[in-house]
Amino acid sequence: MCEEERAVILNASDVCKYYGDFCALEGVSFSIKENEFVSIIGPNGAGKTTLINVLTGLFKPSRGKVFFKDRDITGIGPEKLSKLGLARSFQLVNIFPEFTVMEFIKVAIISRQGKGTQFYHLLAHDKEIERQAQEVANLFGLQGKRNVLAKNLPQGDKKLLDIASAFALQPEVILLDEPTSGVSTSDKNKIMETLVSASKKIGIKSIIQVEHDMDIVFSFSDRIIALHQGKILADGTPQEFEKNEEVVCTVMGQKECFKIFSGLGKDEGSS
Amino acid sequence: MLSFMAIVLFILVLPRFGFQYASYLMLTFFGYGVAVLGWNLLFGYTGLLSFGHALFFAVGAYTLAFLMNKFSIFHMEAILLITVIISGALAALVGAICIRYTRVYFGMLTLAFNMLFYSFLLKFYYITGGDEGMNVSRPYLLGIDFLGIPKMQFLTGTYYYYAWAVLVIATLIMYGIVSSPFGHCLKAIRDNPEKATYLGIDIKRYRWYAFIISGIYTAVGGVLVAPVVGLVDPSMAYWTHSGTFVFMALLGGFVNFLGPLLGAVLYIFLQDTIMSLLYYWRFVFGAMLAFIVIAAPGGITGFIGSLMNKEETGV
Repeated sequence: MCEEERAVILNASDVCKYYGDFCALEGVSFSIKENEFVSIIGPNGAGKTTLINVLTGLFKPSRGKVFFKDRDITGIGPEKLSKLGLARSFQLVNIFPEFTVMEFIKVAIISRQGKGTQFYHLLAHDKEIERQAQEVANLFGLQGKRNVLAKNLPQGDKKLLDIASAFALQPEVILLDEPTSGVSTSDKNKIMETLVSASKKIGIKSIIQVEHDMDIVFSFSDRIIALHQGKILADGTPQEFEKNEEVVCTVMGQKECFKIFSGLGKDEGSS
Repeated sequence: MLSFMAIVLFILVLPRFGFQYASYLMLTFFGYGVAVLGWNLLFGYTGLLSFGHALFFAVGAYTLAFLMNKFSIFHMEAILLITVIISGALAALVGAICIRYTRVYFGMLTLAFNMLFYSFLLKFYYITGGDEGMNVSRPYLLGIDFLGIPKMQFLTGTYYYYAWAVLVIATLIMYGIVSSPFGHCLKAIRDNPEKATYLGIDIKRYRWYAFIISGIYTAVGGVLVAPVVGLVDPSMAYWTHSGTFVFMALLGGFVNFLGPLLGAVLYIFLQDTIMSLLYYWRFVFGAMLAFIVIAAPGGITGFIGSLMNKEETGV
């Protein structure tokens, strides 16, 4: 009902990306509204990560524009984009291996507070940064591992730390590139629940994630965008997707298709 | 901490115990100490390996000689201030180009600028004195000239304490820099530049700042060493001299904040001892460098650290 009242926060307009003759994205257009949790799905090579890279300003699209809060952000680069309020996490674990959990989170907080060029006071004496870093660590359940080196954390926690640092920027929109990839099935739901609750506490307006696990997609998304061969195949609510056997089978393959339409997926998703 | 302060104070009173030659060597260390601290801000903290820092060392030494010979400026404080400005400006210029690249490309570019400056010193002899270089007079310290006392007494006396103080202050400032939010961001850039960018850090700007600070430190080191040597010549800017900073930091351990300082003092004393014993001292140093890289890549401080860890864990 309130669908129409929500403001558009991120808008991709006719985005195309070519690598030589290969077309990775073709005429992709969509809008993300405030307070939406959107999942982007698609088989390998569908253009999901390319789309995330275009949205986060890392790649300049061959054609088309990306707008964030009505501002053209096409190809402006991740550093400027993070300052505007759009952050991301990575498909592969992307950490500062020699930093402890607290030191890691502090990098994001220093950056957000614009204190990065302060070289005349000791970081250890900055109580505000310390307090905020502890808050973020607590939100992600990392309080017991504050002084553990990032490289020594278990895989799930590394992933969580990568996401936590992006959250510490307090962005308005966050893009998560396969937040649960490489993580055991038992940890997947935990990670998703943690980041959804953390996003509410931090005040993140919208989450966009690329995800392969359809249980996660159906359980957490308000909306699903299916990519196939660089084009949008379908865009709708999880309920609409569940009815559309043809699209799910094209995008996710026969195995997932069987799981979902034989009812196995639903049982796991609702538990 | 107490033992560290004891060492610092012991170094201060060294000349009082009559170790005149050791004090003379320590003087060289004070200069190289400041220089290698600067070099390591780039390598140990920002992850950029410079093969061209002899450029800045020579800029410092030549600034001192030039100001003394051409402008009759002998006040050390004025010379240091002018050196900071000149080396800062030059580092800003050279750094703006070099930091656009990383890894071996960065190293090669710094080396190229280093050799450009070396050629300049050699060829523009009417400004620089060519391969003969320039003589260095005795600087005034805190507005006082010490022309009345013998040179060695001046160097291992007043100048010793002065240079010691400069090194101590430079070390404290550098410690402040690496422990600040800025230093923390540099370490983040060193460990993972891509992630740092996504966390909103302008990595090129930070690398540039680090390059400027590093250049200034190395130039100040050159200023301190010049009166000890008594002469500045183009060999100060030769590329093998840049390798000295690399060697010092690797010897002491670039991961530890004080590692490069330990490396510098060991290098200077070892070089002096081995040179007096052997003509082929470079051969010994080459073998040492190979040994460190293979057996103890963390340098001496890294090696001691790993031994202490083993003791703690009982392995």
